Amino acid sequence: MALRCRQLRKRYGDVVAVDGLDLEVRRGECFGLLGPNGAGKTTTIEILEGLLAPDGGEVEVLGRRWDRDAQELRQRIGIQLQETQLSEKLSVVEILRLFRSFYRTGRRVEDVLALVELESKRDAWFSRLSGGQKQRLAVACALVGNPELLFLDEPTTGLDPQSRRQLWALLEEFGEGGGTVLLTTHYMDEAETLCDRVAIVDQGRVIALGTPRELIASLGAGHVVEFRLEGDGAPADPDAFADLPGVRRLGRDGEAWLASTSEVHLTVPALLDALAREGRQLAHLATHSATLEDVFVSLTGRHLRDA
Amino acid sequence: MPDRVRGPLVELTVARFREFLREPEALFWSFGFPLLMTLALGVAFRSQPPQPVPVGVQRGDGDQAVVNALARDPSIVARALDPSDVDRALRNGSVHVVVVPGTPPAYRFDPTRPESRLGRLAVDGALQRATGRSDAFAPRDVEVVTPGSRYIDWLVPGLLGLNIMSTGLWSVGFSVVYARSRKLLKRLTATPMRRSHYLASHVVARLAFLALEAGVLVGVARFVFGIPIAGSPVTLGVVCLVGALSFGGLGLLLASRARTVEAVSGLLNLAMLPMWVLSGVFFSSEHFPRAMQPFIQALPLTALNQALRAVMIDGASPADLAWQVVNLVLWGAVSFAIALRIFRWQ
Repeated sequence: MALRCRQLRKRYGDVVAVDGLDLEVRRGECFGLLGPNGAGKTTTIEILEGLLAPDGGEVEVLGRRWDRDAQELRQRIGIQLQETQLSEKLSVVEILRLFRSFYRTGRRVEDVLALVELESKRDAWFSRLSGGQKQRLAVACALVGNPELLFLDEPTTGLDPQSRRQLWALLEEFGEGGGTVLLTTHYMDEAETLCDRVAIVDQGRVIALGTPRELIASLGAGHVVEFRLEGDGAPADPDAFADLPGVRRLGRDGEAWLASTSEVHLTVPALLDALAREGRQLAHLATHSATLEDVFVSLTGRHLRDA
Repeated sequence: MPDRVRGPLVELTVARFREFLREPEALFWSFGFPLLMTLALGVAFRSQPPQPVPVGVQRGDGDQAVVNALARDPSIVARALDPSDVDRALRNGSVHVVVVPGTPPAYRFDPTRPESRLGRLAVDGALQRATGRSDAFAPRDVEVVTPGSRYIDWLVPGLLGLNIMSTGLWSVGFSVVYARSRKLLKRLTATPMRRSHYLASHVVARLAFLALEAGVLVGVARFVFGIPIAGSPVTLGVVCLVGALSFGGLGLLLASRARTVEAVSGLLNLAMLPMWVLSGVFFSSEHFPRAMQPFIQALPLTALNQALRAVMIDGASPADLAWQVVNLVLWGAVSFAIALRIFRWQ
C-alpha cells in the first residue's frame, strides 16, 4: 500500500473541511480525488503531504508516518502544489537544479527537462513561461527527486486543452515506470482518462469509490437523455417520464430533466409520444454517454463545476 | 554522464545572488543610492577656503562711511541694503548681520545662528578699529587643517552604517516575505530542503554583497574625497560584518510572520525610521535630550555608527569597540533566535 488514511478530520473555525475521510492508494496506481471546489480535496492532499496537521485520524505514507519519518518521506515523494509561483527571475534549468540539490538521489536535470518537453525553454526565466509551461515545470520539480509517490493538486486547472493533454501524457509515462500518483481534480474527463481508481469527495468525505468504469456502471445505465420543455411548469405527470422504457433514474438539473437510460433507442421515441399526448413542445433534447459527472449528479443532485 | 549536483546551501545561495543581480532596482538601492548620496553630500560639504562674512548696511545717513570702513577688512564683504530688504536678507542668509548707521551704530542679527554671532564680532572689530580703537597686540595665527575633522569625514561612516542597515533589512526581509506570499516557502518546505539552509543562504548572500557595497563606498570615500581611514582595514571589515549579521537577523525577525510585501514594508520602515533620525547618521545623536540617550545608545545603528567612526576617524582598536560589538551581537542573536521560533513557512 502506498498510502492509507483513516478517519481524517480537519476543521477551520466553524467550517469542517475534512469530515472522517478514509482512503487507500495501492502502489503503482493513479488515484484521483474527484470533487467540486470546496469539497476538501486540497486540505486532504496537504494533510497526506505532511504540510498540514489533521485534527484527528491516522496517516501512513509508504509505510511511514509524518511525525517520525518526515525527512525520509520528503526524499521519497514529489509534490506539486496548487498555485505555486516559483522564483520569477530564475531560469527553468536553474530552478530544476535548485530542486535537484535537495534530494540525495534523483533524476538528471536534462532528462527531466526532456520528459516535460521544456528543453527549448531551459534558459527562459520563470516569469516568461506560459501557464502550461509553468505547470509542467512545477511537475518537473516534483519529479526531479525521482519520487516513488507523486502528489498533484489540480494539475491542469486553468490550462488550455493541448497543455492538459501534454501533462496527461507525462503522468501516464510516470505511471508506466511504476510510480504511484495521487491527484485531485474537478474535471471528470481528467479522472476518467488518467485514474485507475477514483474517490468522489463531497463535503469532506468519500461518497463513492471505484474505477471510473465501475462508478459509471453503478448508474445502471450507459446513457443520459437530457431534455427541456417549452413553456412554464412541470408536465402533468412527472412519473410518466420515470416509467419510460429503459429509464433507470430521472433527475432534474434546474429547468432540465435528466433520464439515465440503458436503451436510448427505446427511451427517446417513447418520450416524444408522451409529450405529444400532453401537448407539450421540446425546447432542447440531447443524449450523451454517462460520465463521472452524471455519477456525481446522481449522488448529490449537484454538478461538479458549480456545486 | 552523471549530473554535477551542487549542495543545497550552494544552490540556494547562488539562487539568491542571481535573483538579486537580475533585479535592477535592488542593485540601485544597494550600490547606486548610497554612492550618489555620498557624492552629492561630498560635493556640498567639500573643503573650501574660508569665505568672507557677508554684511549689509542699511541705507541712511552715514551709510557710505560704514561701507568704506568695513571694506578695509578683507574678511568682510559689505553692501548697502534698502530698509525694506533688511529683514528678508537676514532671513534667507544672504547677509549674516546688518549695520544700521548712527551714533552708536546698531547691529541687527540672530544670536541663535553661529554665523551671525561671528559676523557681529567681525563687524564690531572692524568698526571699532576704524573709529580709533587700537589692538593691544597683533596675534600670530597658526592655521591647522586636521585630516578627519571635516563634515564629510564624519558623514561617510554614518552613510556606511545606514547602508548596512537598510540593505540588510530590505534584502532579507523583502525576499523572504515575497517568497512566502507566492507560496514558494511552502513549496520549498515540501522538499527535503533543510530550513536552516534556506535561512543561512540569505545570510551568506548578504555577506558577499556587503563586501562589495562597503568596499565600493569606502573606496570612493578614500580615493575621491581623500577621507582617511585611521584604523586597520581588518577591524573595519569585522565591524561591517558584525553589523550586517545583526541587521540580517533583525530583517529575518521582521519578516518572520508577515504575509504580504506591503505588511513587511511597513514593518521595515517602522524599524528604520527612528534610527535614520536618532542614530547619528547625518548629525550627532548628542543633539537629543539627555533623557533619550539610553534609548538612543541601545539602538543597533547607533552602536554601528559609533564603531565605524571610532575605526575610521579615531583609529580605534578592537578592544575599544567591545560595547558596540556586544550591542550588535545581542540584537542579531536575539532577533535570529526569536525569528527561528516564530517563523511562518506557509
